[in-house]
Amino acid sequence: MTLGNLLFNLFAAFTLVTAAAVVFSKNAVNAAMCLLLSLVGVAGLFVALDAYLLAFLLLLVYAGAIVALFLFIIMLLDTKGDTRPSVHRLSLFAKFVAVLLVAAGLFTLLTHLRLETPGVGAVPAVGASLKLYAVQLFTTYLLPVQIIGFLLLIAMLGVIVLSKKFEGLDDIK
Amino acid sequence: MIHASLNAYVAISALLFAIGLLGVLIRRNTLVVFMCLELMLVASTLALVAFSRFNGTMDGNVFVFFILTVAAAEVAVGLAIIVALFRKRQTVQVDELNSLKN
Repeated sequence: MTLGNLLFNLFAAFTLVTAAAVVFSKNAVNAAMCLLLSLVGVAGLFVALDAYLLAFLLLLVYAGAIVALFLFIIMLLDTKGDTRPSVHRLSLFAKFVAVLLVAAGLFTLLTHLRLETPGVGAVPAVGASLKLYAVQLFTTYLLPVQIIGFLLLIAMLGVIVLSKKFEGLDDIK
Repeated sequence: MIHASLNAYVAISALLFAIGLLGVLIRRNTLVVFMCLELMLVASTLALVAFSRFNGTMDGNVFVFFILTVAAAEVAVGLAIIVALFRKRQTVQVDELNSLKN
């Protein structure tokens, strides 16, 4: 086993364990911290896949901005963990069926996964080059980039409107 | 360098997605449900990057770029909605947010 293999196994196990900790931790702050660790694991896997820019962006956007935002909101709302178990029988049954379906799908996928892996060095690591991102984003994907810009603007305006307190019609003016 | 097979990456991605979906299904705190949604998004980006790497194409990577942006916008709006909801109802538990029912 090479060092690369070892690191891959390490990051994969780390990602999955911390992701499970997000689901099963009672405290919301602990869940956010575990989400952060899980994202670090995924960034490590991105590095193993030679997608350095995306690993960096994942840490910057998710770990830097999104998890920090989550922590702010958790502190702000000061909520307790899950207190009461779910009581509705129909929703319990629906959850049970859904979990069963996911487990069945996962089992089928993992037992039938036969994707072809090319040999070492057979495929160029295109994700490692920054220039290719720029070329793609400003030629083929130029329209999506513009649309994403508008989406961010709309999201920003929406957040401002949502978080402002409107008492009556006079506040809008 | 390629350290692991494509199967391994897709399996990890599927497991991560399933863990996220499990969290969305069984947790009742809206904030944690939202975190699990993010986990599912990250799982799908991992699959995209892996497929992109093993096919030598750029499209998956660029899609991950867009997914990151949309996720950031989604989290901002979603958390603002949760805060507005908390102001109105004083709770973020999914079970207690049932005013559409009657």
